[in-house]
This record gives sequence, C-alpha cells and structure tokens, in this order.
Amino acid sequence: MLILENVKMAFGSLRANKMRALLTMLGIIIGIGAVIAIMTVSSSLTTSITDSFQDMGANNVTVGLKQTTEEETVKANGMRFGTSGRNASIEEEDRITDEMIGELKQEYSDQIDAIALSESISSGTAGTGGVTSNVSVTGVNADYFESTQLSLLAGRKIREADLKGNKKVIMVSDLVIDNLYDGDMESALAQPISLNLDGVYSTYYIVGVYKYESNSTVSEESDSDVTTSAYIPLTTGKEENHMDEGYTQFTIVTSTDVESVSDFADQVETFFAPYYNSNEDYEISTSTMESMTESMTEMIRTVSIAIAFIAGISLLVGGIGVMNIMLVSVTERTREIGTRKALGAKNSSIRLQFIIESMILCLVGGCLGILTGLLLGAIAASILGYAAAAPVAAMVVAVVFSMAIGVFFGYYPAGKAAKLDPIEALRYE
Amino acid sequence: MSEEMIQLQKIMKRFYIGQPNELEILHGIDLTVYEGEFLSIVGESGSGKSTLMNIIGALDRPTEGQYYLSGREIGSLGDTELSQIRNQQIGFVFQTYNLIPRTTALENVELPMLYAGENKRDRRSKAEELLKMVGMSDRMMHHPDELSGGQKQRAAIARAMANDPAIILADEPTGALDSETGRTIMDLFHRLHREQGKTIILITHSMELAEETERIITLRDGRVTGEREGGVRYADFRKCENGIWFSSSQ
Repeated sequence: MLILENVKMAFGSLRANKMRALLTMLGIIIGIGAVIAIMTVSSSLTTSITDSFQDMGANNVTVGLKQTTEEETVKANGMRFGTSGRNASIEEEDRITDEMIGELKQEYSDQIDAIALSESISSGTAGTGGVTSNVSVTGVNADYFESTQLSLLAGRKIREADLKGNKKVIMVSDLVIDNLYDGDMESALAQPISLNLDGVYSTYYIVGVYKYESNSTVSEESDSDVTTSAYIPLTTGKEENHMDEGYTQFTIVTSTDVESVSDFADQVETFFAPYYNSNEDYEISTSTMESMTESMTEMIRTVSIAIAFIAGISLLVGGIGVMNIMLVSVTERTREIGTRKALGAKNSSIRLQFIIESMILCLVGGCLGILTGLLLGAIAASILGYAAAAPVAAMVVAVVFSMAIGVFFGYYPAGKAAKLDPIEALRYE
Repeated sequence: MSEEMIQLQKIMKRFYIGQPNELEILHGIDLTVYEGEFLSIVGESGSGKSTLMNIIGALDRPTEGQYYLSGREIGSLGDTELSQIRNQQIGFVFQTYNLIPRTTALENVELPMLYAGENKRDRRSKAEELLKMVGMSDRMMHHPDELSGGQKQRAAIARAMANDPAIILADEPTGALDSETGRTIMDLFHRLHREQGKTIILITHSMELAEETERIITLRDGRVTGEREGGVRYADFRKCENGIWFSSSQ
C-alpha cells in the first residue's frame, strides 16, 4: 500500500521536473537503447544465418580441401603467394578423387545416405528465340539433390543415367521459364535452350523446373534480372569445359543412423588424413551446419558483448547522474522530509520513498531506452535486410537492470534523507 | 482536575555535548499539561521555547530529565517509537504551514493516516470530513500554491487532526497571517478545544494570543519564569452561514 502511494508520489515529482528528469534519464536511455538495438540486430542476424544454414540440411557434412597454414606453405615453397581462388589454383593431384570417395562410401556405407558432388561451371545466359535469362551453371550428380531442398515443379531431376551418358540436359528455375516460356512449364520440358557461357554456345534440353527461392529478403533486382542456378550433369559439365578430374569439395548426406553429425565429420576427417599426410599444401577439413552456425553466431555474440559492454559504461554514467539528481532532490525537499517525519513517517518510510523515486526514474528511463532501442534496431535491421526480432529476454533484463540501477544509485541519497534530523529539516530554508 | 497528559520533570537540553562550545538551552523544566487543556507557552526568541516544543512534540529527546506522555516515559525511545507517537498522539501546526508541495489539500490530510497504515477508502472519507470541518470542502483538490495563507493553515490543522491525536502542538500558527485570518485560525483552535476536548499547546511570542488560552507559561532563558491563568476571551461563539466559525467579537 505504502509502495503504491510512493510510486504515485514519485511520478508526481517526475512530472513536476520533466526536463530535469528527462536529462537525468538520458544516460539510462542511451545505455539501454544501445543494448536493445544491438540485441535486436544481432538476434535478427543470428536468425537469418541459422535459417540459411538450416536450408543446407542439418544432416550434411561438407568435406573440402583446405590450405595448410600460411607459414608452412612459405617454409615449404620459399616465395609463394596465397592461393586466390579454390578451383583455379588447386592442382589436379591435390584434388579429392573418385577413388577416395568410393573408399569412403565403402567404409561408412551404413552412415552415408548419399554423396553430393557439385562443381560450379560458369555463369552466363540461357536463351531461346532471342530472349535470355541469367543463369549460373552448376554440374551436379544425382545425389546432389539429396543434400539440398529443391522443390521440383515440373519434369524430373538430373539422374544417374544423365551422368553416365554425358547427356546435355538441364534443370532450370521457374524464373527462367517465366522469362522464356511465359511460365508454361509443361510445354518447356524437352525444349532446347541455348546456353551461352563465356561466349561459347551449346544447346541443352530442359528436363526439369525447380522453384527458385530467394535467400535474401531484399529484392534489389527485378525478377527478370536475377541470376538463378541451372543444373547440368557433372560429367557433361566437366567434359564440355575441359575441367580437371577430382573435386575440391563434396557433401555427405548422413543417414538417420548417425547420432552426432559432428562426430561423424571428425571420423571423415580422420579417414582422409592418410591421403593428405604427405601433401604439403592441402588438408581435408569438414564442416557441418551445426559448426558453421555455431562459429557465426559465436562471432556475432562476441561483437555484441563488446558493444554491450561499452553501452554498460553509459549505464554507469547514467546511474551516477541519477544519484546526483537524487541528492539535489533530497536537499531541495529537506523541509518536506522534516514535515513528513513530524507527521509520523519512520526513517524507513522516507528511505523507501526516495528509493522508489529513483527506481521509477530509472525504470521510466529504461522503458524509453527500450523503445529507442527497438526503433533503432528495427531501422538497422531493415537497412541490413533482415526481419527485426524484438529481444524479449533482453527487454526483461533491461527493465530489471534499470530498476537495479535505481536502487543502487538511489540508496545513498535515500539514506541521507532518512537520516536527516527532523528539527534541522523543519528549520531548513 | 483532569488527568495529566504531559509531565516534564527536570528537562535539560544541551547541545554540542563535550565540545568547547557546549550549550545548555533548557535548565530543568518542570511542566504538567492536563488533558483537555488549552495552554500557551510564551517567550522571546532565544528563550528555549522552540527546543521545548521539539521535545514535547517527540521530535527531539531531552539530554536529562523525564518526559511522560499519558504516563509513558518517552524521553529515551528510539526513532521508530517516536515516529509512532508523532503519528498517533501529536498533531503539528507550523507557522509556515509546511504542506507538502505538489500534493492536494486532501492528500496532505491523508498523509498521517497513510503513515498509520490506514486503507485508501477510510483515509479519503476521514480527510474529506476533516477538511469540511475546517471549512475547506470546496478546496480539497487544490494544491498548496493555489491556496491562501489562511486556507493553507486550515488544511494544516485538518492534517494535524488526521489521526485524532490527543495533543495539538501549534508553533506560532498565526505568525504568517494577517490579524483577521489569524483570528479565524485561533477560533478554530478554540472550537477544537471546546467541542472535541483536544489538548492544545500554543507556542507564541504574542501575549495577546496567549491571553486567550486557559493557562500561560512564560519561558525565559531556558527556565519557566511565570505561570498564570488566562482565558480572557473564549466565551461564546456562534456559527456563521458558510460553516466557518467566528468569534462573537467580529
């Protein structure tokens, strides 16, 4: 009951000194606002990263070649610059061979559902009758479709038979069909389209149409300008473009028997170790959705904590401001305190009154800070192109924390008020 | 004679104890105030009447001597007990009104009841009643800065009456008011005394006001130097049309 009355009184005295209260709260507003804004941005970043990795499949283990550390490379080869692109500079002898994959498959036949192979061929245009669409062509094996979630709209996917026969078949997105065939997928099937890759033309036959899904929420291009992936048999792609044998990376789709994908990834790494023991330039490394998400979110978290720490300094400064203004308030209201004591207020009632006032001051500041932070976070998230996720937990923490600041920095002034001698206080001019 | 309300025995008050500028303000005051008495304590500034009032009002403790309030020795009580006594048994009226700023007259009157832990509804209805009694029913929702001096003092008296204390302690209650307004305030005290049987202690330096009370105690240099009967004019009162009481002399 006394608390409720005190809360009412505290709001009254804030209202009486609006400007002063606002200026005092500024430190708290900025501090809490900054923390909430950062939390909003980082949580929306984390969500979008997790989402995009989730698309890759939780059961996938990506196996790839990794350059051994720079120092070792320099030691071994004297002067040598770091390799710029993976495909361009990785020698055929360093690549992962079909034999290695075959042995892996045999060794872990129970754990492996599929091995997805893909090689980026080139980017260019697909066209018919003078209309073209931008495509990025990837050579894939039949298992590739096990590792990604492509939804087929018409026709079929690339098959094992297409690879065996080096067939010139292609799977394109619905956007390409929209452009070239006015969206008529059924009539587009089995139609020839002309693929222009780096000025070299070749004809492929459409066997399937998949649904294109944008992985970014911002559409800075109109639909017709978007470059979508087109899939051709891996063997066809390699032959046509005279590419090296072997692979720089592939993806294992693990079977449901595998309990820990990351443990299995370690096993795969161990399996490949003998092949690359004597290789000075490369080693095999694996990554899973889990590990990638973890490392990305870990990074975001580290940055957020660093910024939040700086925001915490603002809160500290804000808290000192609150203490200062509360001391002023106690001095200003000395007479009032004396009167209250004469009317029967206990020391503890006076202390409670001022602590609550300081708490309300900080709480209002904290709430304004949350609003500011949500606003800033929403703006930042929309600039970055992700949906802003309001960090509910952080908001709760902010409210509790700002109240704690109020209690902590209000305690000393409130104690001073409580200890005032009523006679002195009543005499105070 | 009725029962003893306040009994002061050899009250001494010293300040700066143990320091070279140690100062004795009260040199052993013996004073008895009876229940239902209207008493005035008169003295020039520096006579120690404020210090005495603080001790009677339980705002301060005597350095030596005993203070019995309704038979209970309270001179050595702690803060919590003294706050309770101030809250329940003593109503203060100050020269400068001391209403809490930014708070309505009604909320000011509620305040002692709030500290007594009464619930909202009881507080409100009692406060309204008290303000009505002092003729302030049309000013309940006004803040102190919207009230005249006389209205402020009437609200302060209503506040002093809030927990129905036995003693009203008024320190120069008309000191900041013009004589006409001061008159209405004095009449109010007479009324509280006569109709509700309150023990009223008036601290003043005005002999004229002191003459109105039943007994006059004169204080000089920290000693009681005189005690005599007063009671020149608190005879007959009549009720005015607007509910405010005036003395027959007006």
